Amino acid sequence: MVEHSASGAGSSKKSLNMIAVNHISKTYNGGAVKAVNDVSFTVDRGELFGLIGPDGAGKSSIFRMLTTLLLPDSGTATVNGYNIVTNYQQIRSSVGYMPGRFSLYQDLSIEENLHFFATLFNTTVEENYHLIADIYVQIAPFKKRRAGKLSGGMKQKLALCCALIHKPTVLFLDEPTTGVDPVSRKEFWEMLGRLKRQGITIVVSTPYMDEASLCDRIALIQQGKILSVDTPQQIIAAYPDQLYAVKAADMLRLVQILPTFRPSVNSYLFGEYIHVDALDINGDGLKDDLIRFLDAEGFKGIEVIPISPTIEDCFIKMLTS
Amino acid sequence: MEQFIAFVKKEFYHVLRDRRTLFILFGMPLAQILIFGFALTNEVKNARIAVFDQAKDEASQQLISRITASGYFEIQEDVMDNSLMEDAFKSGKIKLAIIFPRHFENDLFHQHHAQIQVIADASDPNTATTLTSYISSIIQDYQAELAGGAAVMPYQIIPEIRMLYNPQLKGAPNFVPGVMALVLMLVSVMMTAISIVREKETGTMEVLLVSPFKPTWVILSKAVPYLILSLVNVLTILLMSVYVLDLPIAGSWVLLLAESTLFIITCLTLGIFISIKTKSQQVAMLISLMGMLLPTIMFSGFMFPIENMPLPLQLISNVVPAKWFYIIIKSIMIKGLGFEGIWKETLILIMITLFFFLLSLRSFKIRLE
Repeated sequence: MVEHSASGAGSSKKSLNMIAVNHISKTYNGGAVKAVNDVSFTVDRGELFGLIGPDGAGKSSIFRMLTTLLLPDSGTATVNGYNIVTNYQQIRSSVGYMPGRFSLYQDLSIEENLHFFATLFNTTVEENYHLIADIYVQIAPFKKRRAGKLSGGMKQKLALCCALIHKPTVLFLDEPTTGVDPVSRKEFWEMLGRLKRQGITIVVSTPYMDEASLCDRIALIQQGKILSVDTPQQIIAAYPDQLYAVKAADMLRLVQILPTFRPSVNSYLFGEYIHVDALDINGDGLKDDLIRFLDAEGFKGIEVIPISPTIEDCFIKMLTS
Repeated sequence: MEQFIAFVKKEFYHVLRDRRTLFILFGMPLAQILIFGFALTNEVKNARIAVFDQAKDEASQQLISRITASGYFEIQEDVMDNSLMEDAFKSGKIKLAIIFPRHFENDLFHQHHAQIQVIADASDPNTATTLTSYISSIIQDYQAELAGGAAVMPYQIIPEIRMLYNPQLKGAPNFVPGVMALVLMLVSVMMTAISIVREKETGTMEVLLVSPFKPTWVILSKAVPYLILSLVNVLTILLMSVYVLDLPIAGSWVLLLAESTLFIITCLTLGIFISIKTKSQQVAMLISLMGMLLPTIMFSGFMFPIENMPLPLQLISNVVPAKWFYIIIKSIMIKGLGFEGIWKETLILIMITLFFFLLSLRSFKIRLE
């Protein structure tokens, strides 16, 4: 499945990495806004790689540089061995790109959009239908409908079909699940898993931390800087402290009172619980102290459960430390 | 090539599926042709005229000096024969010519009535009627002076007025070329600019750029549908002017369509240039309207005669492509001139087109921003 491009001008040094990013930076407005700040990472062939971070972290800027739409201010990067600045034409013909915004023609039907993008890449829908088959069958009943009239989930499926139709070596998906309902999101990630098994390297960005565990490896990114690159399991395993989920009858007061418990303790609302992370004391010592403290404050229905952290907890930890 | 055809097809879908675009494309030319019949009247000053004085006697000289003293006319040249006069009309150097017959004074004082021929370029009917009525009243003043207050005019001068090119003084010849310039400006410049900028605004340009299709081809395949649609518009307007407004086309249809195609290409390059320089549809539309449509209306000579403008404005009018197109179309449609009569204007249009084409090519970006 892996395409070998030995004859390409930029592939003199053939590496195992599908994507190699070396210290790239990007600023806007003449240097006033630092969107991407000295970012480096690599993506292996056939890997499902996630860029995880909040809005404005610089994910889209990284995508646009890798898809040759923007020039980095400094640093270099290669995609499938091609330099993103000098070999931009080879990259453009071999990658699939799905921008963050829905970028298909709203006044064209599903069918027309798909055929247009297939022709644009010098191929036909029939030729690579096997790649999109199990995605396309879900939207095929509506193939005469204009793209603008589709639901969010269907739009994303169509966009994915259009990005896949020319059998790309790398698929760049910029926030494909933003604004999509939870069921469709789950389906979408299942589709990505199937594509990965077909040997396509996938780089995906998302602001949803719960999607991070579905990637092979992730890069946590904040304000243009990469905080950590590793497998989700490794990132969770690297969490240094014991984390507790705390709950009580009067949650509102609990949120206010917890910061006064100990200065070294970090607490934040997480779903129906409050996550409490202690830097200095670990183990049951903290748990007993906490229960005693909350009892003294007059809380009812106290729950303190030791838990293993999620990616989001790891992210918060990295931001606060 | 297959990509190109698919792209052009897609572009036609966009146009045909948007009712507003369709209305602008085809409703407006029809409406404008019908509405612009009521053209504006303008006062004419310093109109350039020619005098063919075959008499060269005291009476003719007196009358000529009165005409020049009125301030409305400026004698461009004294012509010596009819063919020279014809040339001056065709080149647009003069708007009106006055011909005094031999023995003008003799006829006037001995036979008590003399004739004088007034020929006007009626391809602009408003100017022509205004000018001839000015001349008539100057002649009447002169007669009254000769009569010395007598109730009956002892000496009569009879002006024989001829309207050149447009004897029935139809307004259509004047505004049909004007509407053509206006519609083409609107369709080719504004619609092209908007349709390219729309791809930028909706983000589809990002997807198009990350494809093997060359960015310059994206732009070119945008221009083709609008070239075809504009030609359809030109044909509609011409057929309407022939069959609805009864205005025959004096010159060659082929030349007329060829020149129209040239002007459409000029407009398309302008539209593409605007689209390269702007980021939103609103800005593209505003620039097209303010920067293109307004100058077309003001400086093409279609609504306001350029000769009457102050010199700085006359100079500005030279860079407005519609002015040259207007002259070309009038020359072919009304005066029936061939290519030799309009090659200078054609050359200027080609130069403007090349200028914007090269400028677009230079500022075109293969990436975002």
